[in-house]
Amino acid sequence: MKIIVCAKQVPDTTEVKIDKVKNTLIRDSAPSIMNYEDENALEEALRIKEQFPDSYITVISMGPPQAKDMLEECIAQGADEAILISDRELVGSDTWATSNVLAAGIRKLSGFDLILTGRQAIDGDTAQVGPQLAEKLGIPQVTYVKEVTVNDNEIIAKRTLENGYETLKLKTPCLLTVTRELNQPRYMTIKGIYNVKNQEIKVWNIKDINVDLTEVGLDASPTKVVESFVPTSKGKGTVIEADSAKEKVAILLEKLKEKHI
Amino acid sequence: MDVWVYAEQRNGELMSVAAELLGEGYRLSREIGDRKVCAVLVGGNVSHLIDELYAYGADKVYILEDPLLEKYTTDGYTKVIANAISEYKPEIFLFGATHIGRDLAPRIAARIDTGLTADSTSLAIDEQDKTLIQIKPAFGGNLMAKIICPVKRPQMTTVRPGVMKKKERDDQHKGELIKVPCNLDSSDINVEVVEVVITAKEQAFSADADIICAGGRGIGGTEGFEMLEQLAQKVGGVVGATRAATDAGWIDAACLIGQTGTTIKPKIYFACGISGAIQHVVGIEKSDIIIAINNDPDALIFSVADYGIVGDYKEIIPEIIAQWNLEG
Ligand SMILES: Cc1cc2nc3c(=O)[nH]c(=O)nc-3n(C[C@H](O)[C@H](O)[C@H](O)COP(=O)(O)OP(=O)(O)OC[C@H]3O[C@@H](n4cnc5c(N)ncnc54)[C@H](O)[C@@H]3O)c2cc1C
Ligand SMILES: Nc1ncnc2c1ncn2[C@@H]1O[C@H](COP(=O)(O)O)[C@@H](O)[C@H]1O
Repeated sequence: MKIIVCAKQVPDTTEVKIDKVKNTLIRDSAPSIMNYEDENALEEALRIKEQFPDSYITVISMGPPQAKDMLEECIAQGADEAILISDRELVGSDTWATSNVLAAGIRKLSGFDLILTGRQAIDGDTAQVGPQLAEKLGIPQVTYVKEVTVNDNEIIAKRTLENGYETLKLKTPCLLTVTRELNQPRYMTIKGIYNVKNQEIKVWNIKDINVDLTEVGLDASPTKVVESFVPTSKGKGTVIEADSAKEKVAILLEKLKEKHI
Repeated sequence: MDVWVYAEQRNGELMSVAAELLGEGYRLSREIGDRKVCAVLVGGNVSHLIDELYAYGADKVYILEDPLLEKYTTDGYTKVIANAISEYKPEIFLFGATHIGRDLAPRIAARIDTGLTADSTSLAIDEQDKTLIQIKPAFGGNLMAKIICPVKRPQMTTVRPGVMKKKERDDQHKGELIKVPCNLDSSDINVEVVEVVITAKEQAFSADADIICAGGRGIGGTEGFEMLEQLAQKVGGVVGATRAATDAGWIDAACLIGQTGTTIKPKIYFACGISGAIQHVVGIEKSDIIIAINNDPDALIFSVADYGIVGDYKEIIPEIIAQWNLEG
């Protein structure tokens, strides 16, 4: 089975810091990590390979040159091949443009049976690239996948709903977007780390993948971020001062009454 | 050139977000000027929902019915909706950011090559060029982004459930019905729905409640949540929680409020033993009044709260229960 995993390097959003004066994100404040759910996508690919040992796993990413670090980790975990699509012209791509790039990169490979992506990336939180990629490649999709069973060319996937789940059956080739619930990602292995030395990360630019500037980059993207700002809080309210809990609560209820609640 | 709203239904029941989007779509359509708000209703047998859509403000209902649309499939729904868009050319198309909306909207946007913004929390119409301004959180809620789609049409976005306001239900209000042919063939659908399982335990949290009594890690365990339950009963509200509390298993995950949970806008929000992390705060900001109870005077929650009480919730909550005498 030929499996492709789409992985993105993202800033760790639990660590990002905000420049309160300029109202922007301090980019270098947070370490770069592999998007969490993409780790689950790779893990699932590795598990499928354990089940079908002649499988071949390609990890593909679009991003700046430093995303090579993340791809090396993917090799160390057991991926067979890793490709970085990197080009200055790709900067500012929205999800429509990103899915064009990934689709073009994937078409250049020698076919595939299964594409696994994360449900969403923690930087933009869009959950759009997976379905858009599936559409561009003309294959069926299942999103929010929490369980996968592979029987030859048939995939059975459990997809979470807000109040339950549904079970879906489909044929390869297809695309699944996966959630954290799916599995527990493994650590790198010694053999894997050794493989990193022998396995070069391929780097492609936009000429290599045959896309032009009407399909990728900032200008081609249908959506534009015109501004970003730090969410404003409601502003400091009153902290109720009194000696006892009883008095504090009495004052609170008095204030609520004034507001006709 | 109208404003369209995806009227998501499951099992023949309208999702609450559909009415919310109609309320917002109504507002936007009038702000552009002289436009209609239209509901797009898709399913196997769903005509019983038409009147409800009118009642929530729909000027028109586009109905797309076919036995092959009985169960939701990405393939089937994408095909019929994308065709309807090409035929009627809406200006704006809003989807609920539900698991289904976030599966369907990107697939449609890619098919018709337009832009899509995910999870908008606020929408507006640009005064000059009448385009849609979409505000959405990014970087885990640390930053808000303002997004536009200047050229491609329709301008599409998914919208968080619970964020927009429904119009008052008016059963007298009627609109225009447009039946759209589906021309669907079973070969169009490449995914088989084997089963749909609804687990009652994960029943969605009632985002419509007027009063929500929420607890976080500071509540310390299930016993503390029982006290919150008593408070909720006294004040006529429901219990909610932060991720620290749901992760700890003190309360059902369906009660999670915030970025990864429900967005709420009650009249009163009690935040008990909650630090006020940004991922939680993005979900509560639209509350009318936030009351924070925390024993750490420096807790972030006090900077978003309207009223703060510094103290141990174990002392404060019983006092509220004892003294509460407000109507409603
Ligand atoms: C991608 C991502 C998404 C997330 N999404 C969400 C989300 O949707 N919703 C969410 O809630 N979180 C979310 N989180 C987690 C969030 O960052 C915080 O970790 C979480 O909200 C903290 O919960 P807490 O306030 O209950 O716990 P803590 O931060 O540990 O705060 C506990 C508070 O209780 C107070 N306290 C302790 N004892 C008492 C007492 N006896 N009486 C009164 N006060 C007391 C303490 O002073 C403290 O302020 C997300 C995180 C990430 C990374
Ligand atoms: N630049 C990228 N390179 C590779 N994969 C990506 C990229 N952007 C998004 N993806 C994939 O698409 C998923 C959803 O991303 P998003 O739509 O940005 O939330 C991610 O989890 C990745 O698997």
